[in-house]
Amino acid sequence: MDINPVLLLAAVIVASTPILLAAIGELVVERAGVLNLGVEGMMITGAVCGYIAAHETSSATLGFAGAALGGAGVAALFAFLTLVLLTNQVATGLALTLFGLGLAAMVGQGYATTTVVSVPKLPIPGLSDIPGLGRIFFTHDAIVYLSIVLVLAVWGFLRFSRNGLILRAIGENHEAAHALGYHVRRVRFFALLFGGACAGLGGAYISLVRVPQWVDNITSGAGWIALAIVAFASWKPGRLVTGAYLFGGVTALQLNIQATGLAIPVEYLSMSPYIATILVLVLLSGGRAPGSLGKTFHASR
Amino acid sequence: MREILLKLEGLTKAYPGVVANSGVDLAIQKGEVHALLGENGAGKSTLVKTIYGLVAPDAGHMTFEGKPFRPADPRAARAVGIAMVFQHFSLFEALTVVENIALGMEHPPTMRALATQIKAVSQTYGLPLDPQRIVGDLSAGERQRVEIIRCLLQDPKLLIMDEPTSVLTPQEVRILFATLRQLRAQGTAILYISHKLEEIRALCDQATILRLGKVVANCDPQQVSAKEMAEMMVGSALQAPKKQTVTEQGAVALTLSQLSAPAPQAFGTPLRDINLTVRSGEVLGIGGVAGNGQEELVAALSGEMRVAANMIQLYGQAVGALPPNARRKLGLCAAPEDRNGHAAAPDLSLTENALMTADARMGLSRHGFINRPQARSFASAVIKRFDVRTPSTDILARALSGGNLQKFVIGREILQAPKVFVVNQPTWGVDAAAAAAIRQAILDLAEAGAAVICISHDLDELMEISDRFAALNGGRLSPPSPTASLSLDQIGLMLGGAHDMEVAHVKA
Repeated sequence: MDINPVLLLAAVIVASTPILLAAIGELVVERAGVLNLGVEGMMITGAVCGYIAAHETSSATLGFAGAALGGAGVAALFAFLTLVLLTNQVATGLALTLFGLGLAAMVGQGYATTTVVSVPKLPIPGLSDIPGLGRIFFTHDAIVYLSIVLVLAVWGFLRFSRNGLILRAIGENHEAAHALGYHVRRVRFFALLFGGACAGLGGAYISLVRVPQWVDNITSGAGWIALAIVAFASWKPGRLVTGAYLFGGVTALQLNIQATGLAIPVEYLSMSPYIATILVLVLLSGGRAPGSLGKTFHASR
Repeated sequence: MREILLKLEGLTKAYPGVVANSGVDLAIQKGEVHALLGENGAGKSTLVKTIYGLVAPDAGHMTFEGKPFRPADPRAARAVGIAMVFQHFSLFEALTVVENIALGMEHPPTMRALATQIKAVSQTYGLPLDPQRIVGDLSAGERQRVEIIRCLLQDPKLLIMDEPTSVLTPQEVRILFATLRQLRAQGTAILYISHKLEEIRALCDQATILRLGKVVANCDPQQVSAKEMAEMMVGSALQAPKKQTVTEQGAVALTLSQLSAPAPQAFGTPLRDINLTVRSGEVLGIGGVAGNGQEELVAALSGEMRVAANMIQLYGQAVGALPPNARRKLGLCAAPEDRNGHAAAPDLSLTENALMTADARMGLSRHGFINRPQARSFASAVIKRFDVRTPSTDILARALSGGNLQKFVIGREILQAPKVFVVNQPTWGVDAAAAAAIRQAILDLAEAGAAVICISHDLDELMEISDRFAALNGGRLSPPSPTASLSLDQIGLMLGGAHDMEVAHVKA
C-alpha cells in the first residue's frame, strides 16, 4: 500500500487540531501567569461532554458547545481553587487531571457502544477546487478553520491589543500589575475560562471527529503534549502551530507507515511523534517563561 | 504661606500585631519637596501606599486640593494627579519601555504616538531613553527613568518617590535632582522618601520624621544637621564604627586572575577578565550600580558558579572549580545579598539555617546525622554575639525582621572565623543601628586577620569601612585604589556612569 501525500497532509491537519486547540488555550493561560496542569482533565471532560451532547441532541454544533462548557467548567473549578483558595497550581492541576479522567470514565459508561452524528465538512468555495492544496487545506470541518482563526486571534490579541498587553503584564509581574491597579485575579479567571473552553473543544474534536466514538481515556495524553508544546514553543503562537502540526504530522505519518506493513516494530513508530516533537522544539526553544508563571498571587498589603 | 496640596489628619493603619501608622498628620504644599524620613518599619511605605490608594486607612482622613480624598485604588489616585515611583521598580522586564509606560496610563494613545511623546518628555527633562528597548536590558538608572517618565506623562500634581537614589551612581543622582528641581519650579509637589540624610539636605524644603508609626518631628532640613536628623529618626545617639588604620600589609589571601564567566541566567551579567589581589587584614570595597555583575561575582567566589580552577586562588591554592562547602572548609565564606531565600531559607529555623553553612567548618554533624545540641549552641552563639532579637533558635528565619535576619546571616559566617569573607550588600534595608553593628563586625573580622571583600551599592558605607575601593561595571572590575585618595567624583566615574551620562543634557 502506498502513501498518498495529499490524503496524508489532510490527515495531518485533522490529527493536529485537538492539540493545537488545547495548546492555544493553555498559551493564553500561561501568558497570564497561571500554570494549568489540568489540560488533560479539561480535554477529556470536553470530550465526554461533547460526545454526550452531540449524541443526545444529534447536533454536532451543540456537541462542541457542550464540550467548550464542560472544559470551561473544570477550568472554573481550577480558577476557584488556585485564585480564591490560593492552592498550589501544580498540585491542583494534577488533581484535576485525575478528577477529569475519572469523571469522564464514569459519565461516559453508558455511551461506549453508541454512535454519534458525523461532523460535516465545509469545503471553502473556490479555494477547495485547487488541485492538491484544496483537498489539504480547504476541505475540512468548521473546527479546523476555527482553530486557525483562534491562533491568529490570540496572536493579534497578545501583540496589538491593550487587554493583551495587560494580560502579558500580569503574567510577567503580577505584583507590579497589581500595584498599577490591574485586576490580576479577574484577568486570570477569564484566561482560564478561555483555556478550558479551548481544551474542551480539542477533546471533543477527538471524540466527535478523529475517533468518533466514546472510549475510555480517549485523549490518551494529548493534553500533556499540548502543555509541553506551549513551553517548548517559548509561549509564542507561531511556534506553537509548528509544534502542534509537527506532532500531528509524525502521528499521521507513522500510522500510514504502520499500514504499509514496513518491518519496523510498532512500538518505535508509536514513540516517534513524541520524540520528534521534543527534538525539534528543543532545537527551536530559547524563550523565557512569563515571570510570574506558576506563582500564587496574594494581594497582601 | 503657599497653598496646601495634600493634607493628612490622624491617619492610622494597623496590621495584625503591628501599628504601621498611628495618628499621622502631614501637609504638603504646592511646589515643595517634602522629605519623609524614618527607619525601616517606621511606617513610611504604608503611609505613601495609603496616599496612592494601595492601602485603606483604618482611621483619619485626607484632603487633596481642599476636597476630601479617599482613593479606592491607584487609578483613583492617578486620576486626581498623584504619581508614584516605587522603591522596587514595578516594571515588566520582558516588555519594552513604551509598553511599560502604556500600562501605567489610563487612556494611552497608540504605541507610535506614545513613543514620540516619550522621546519628547525625555528630551525636556534630560532623561534619555529609547522607547523600543526591552526593560530587562536596561541599567537600574535607565529603569528608574522609565518610571519617572511614566509619571511625568500624567502631568502629576504630586510625585511620590520611594528611595529613588539607592541604586544610582552619583552622576545619575545629580541628573535626577536637576529633574526634580525643574519639576518643583513648575509647581509640582514632591514627596521624597529616603534615609540618605545628605541628599535630603541638598534637595528638600521640609521634612517629616516618622518613628514607630508616629510623627516625631517636623523640621527644615536646611537648618538642622544630618546627625540631628539621624538621631531624631533613631531616637538615640549614634556611634559610627571605628576604623583602625592599617599599618602593615598582610599576606596575599585571595587572588583572582582573569576571572571570566558567562551570565548564568537571562538578564544576568557575564564576568569579564577580573584580576584582583586581596591581602589578609584588609577590607576591599566593591561598588557599582545594581546589575553590573555583583551577584555573579559573589556566585563565582562562593562556589555557586564554578569557574576554571586557576581563576580563583586561596592562599595559593586553586579553588575555582570547588563547590561551596569545600571552599568553606578551606576558609572562604560568603554571604549573598538576598537574605530571604538565598542567604537564609525562610521556612527553616535559625538552628537549621546555621547548620546549612556552618556544618563544613564547625562540624555540626557526624556520619550524616545532625548534632542538634551543637548546632543549637552555635546558633545561640551567633544570636548572642550579634544581638539578634529573637525569642529562640527554633524561630523560622522568615519571622525575623530584615535587620535581625541580616545580623544573623552575617554573624553566622563571621563566627566561623573565615580567612576570606565575601559579603554582598551587608546592610541593605537594615536600620542605622543594626547597620553600624554589622559594619563594626566586618571591621573587627579584618582586624583579626581575615581578608574581606565587601560589595555594596552604598558608597558611604564603602568609604567608611574599606581600605581599597574598586568598581564593577558591566562585569568588569576597575583596578582598586586606596579609598582615602578617592573623591566622590572619581568614584562616580569609576562606577562607569560616564558612557551613560554623555547624552544627558539637563536644561535649566
